[in-house]
Amino acid sequence: MSTASVDALQRTAAIVRRRIVEMIGRAGSGHPGGSLSAADILTALYFHVLRLDPENPGWPERDRFVLSKGHAAPALYAALAERGFFPVSELDRLRRLGSPLQGHPDMKSLPGVEASTGSLGQGLSFAVGLALAARLDKASWRVYVMLGDGEIQEGQVWEAAMAASHHGLDNLTAYLDYNGLQIDGPVEEVMSISPVADKWRAFGWNVIEVDGHDISAILRATRDARETKGRPTIIVARTVKGRGVSFMEGKHGWHGKAPNEEQLKQALEELDGLASALAAEDGRPGAAGEDGEGTSG
Amino acid sequence: MTNPTEPKKVATREAYGEALVEAGGARPDIVVLDADLSASTRTQLFAEKYPDRFFNMGIAEANMIGVAAGLAAAGKIPFASTFAVFAPGRVYDQIRLSVAYPRLGVKIASTHAGLTVGEDGASHQSLEDLALARVLPNMTVIVPADGAETRAAVFAAIEHEGPVYLRLGRVPVPAIYPPDKRFTVGRYDMLKEGRDVALVACGLMVEVCLQAAVTLAAEDILAGVVNASTVKPLDEETLTYVASRAGAVVTAEEHSVLGGLGGAVTEFLSGIHPVPVVRVGVDDRFGQSGRPGELLEAYGLTASRVADAARKAVALKKGR
Repeated sequence: MSTASVDALQRTAAIVRRRIVEMIGRAGSGHPGGSLSAADILTALYFHVLRLDPENPGWPERDRFVLSKGHAAPALYAALAERGFFPVSELDRLRRLGSPLQGHPDMKSLPGVEASTGSLGQGLSFAVGLALAARLDKASWRVYVMLGDGEIQEGQVWEAAMAASHHGLDNLTAYLDYNGLQIDGPVEEVMSISPVADKWRAFGWNVIEVDGHDISAILRATRDARETKGRPTIIVARTVKGRGVSFMEGKHGWHGKAPNEEQLKQALEELDGLASALAAEDGRPGAAGEDGEGTSG
Repeated sequence: MTNPTEPKKVATREAYGEALVEAGGARPDIVVLDADLSASTRTQLFAEKYPDRFFNMGIAEANMIGVAAGLAAAGKIPFASTFAVFAPGRVYDQIRLSVAYPRLGVKIASTHAGLTVGEDGASHQSLEDLALARVLPNMTVIVPADGAETRAAVFAAIEHEGPVYLRLGRVPVPAIYPPDKRFTVGRYDMLKEGRDVALVACGLMVEVCLQAAVTLAAEDILAGVVNASTVKPLDEETLTYVASRAGAVVTAEEHSVLGGLGGAVTEFLSGIHPVPVVRVGVDDRFGQSGRPGELLEAYGLTASRVADAARKAVALKKGR
């Protein structure tokens, strides 16, 4: 991965963040904190890692991504729209009556959504089922899944973790969006999940720890996961909840609250500033609205 | 001591296991999951024949349902089996979100439903599963009455595109149908026409109702018997027909009187053709340990109780 392409991905991530904040602000409700913390990983996945064809979302050989932390739907929707699965203008209909952009992802209403999620703890099991199906069919497509850190308090996650390693599912890669906060406060205060990496290792997983906002590191870890044979990999990604919007960063109060008009204005200014700075660094003007670099299958 | 002229009794779970093996040969997309109960649910038969397509998920039913959903999303036809207390009982939210909401073709085939679990007692006797399953949008709920109907229902479930809950029993039940019985989702068999009252039943209560109809005929009460083996969607046409013809209905099921077949039939008829409906089932309470036959007696799931209910329904009709 060249530096130039990583730069392009960073610019795309800035656009994804802008879309997230904008659509939640417009909808008047939603989950900005955990969407913003996941934005870099989702950008890396949708614009570099996943084999996809936005023109043919049901392409049988596509890689599958399951957003187990379904409340980060705005991040997924932003990535899908930027990647060309549906028009960006659809993002304005988030959470509206009759919209395919439901409050939590609905695989039957929106192209590109691979699993219906939102009740936490279910996505890893779904991903295990997909990975078993790929293996039965001797198919080369891979399965990716993102979990929240608070989410792994759900017992079903560990049932699924056991099953994935029991079956040696090396075609499955999980990302833990480890932003350290959940609705009622810091994860370590609500219900400790420490030591996270040791827990997954004890369940038979290959564990890679990265900075979840360092796109190069995310891509390296993803490549290592792909090359790891005989067991599934989880990439424990240290992230900041609300990343990119100063007044949201590290504040659990922004888990499930929309910004008001004034806050929205400030957030967008900050994100536009970030996008321009990234564009300037790269010597290219006007990042907003620009397409990221993607790989399609 | 078996009477050679009487057809052999078969448990619906046994017929299920055999049907999976039979169907599995022609359909490589069928996969089977179990949660450490494969000897009891009889999925073991499939596991022995097609080990590559059988997944024992261990004692982890929530994960089993999610994995089944993922397999279905990738084009497989998964049958997920455990006891009815565990699915839909234990894993309601997993069925709701991962299966029913996206309308994925997961076939949840649960055995040991109802009182006839027997000695294991209340912890293992599911009397609420029909109520749980049938209120889920997109869900189809099937309760076969004997071995032949179970076999046919398995094949129908394979062809049916959405999720299915198939409710199966532990104890052998008498054959009602010939081995080549066909099954259409949402269509009932009129096993007996009747002028005075319609006995609408599912599962092992179908046979009990056939016995009750004989008793009633001796009193000149002509009772029709309907095998309502699809609890959802109801066969509205047949229900409307029997309700209008007889003007009185009895429902019978090995389930709570709340929310199951009796609830569904009452809800439907009250809005379209209101007639007296008397429900036979387990009153609003838990089961207990005992032999299956003893339990059916103790909880009133007998031909004499069905006949009582029929007399009551007929009296209610006349009293109007």
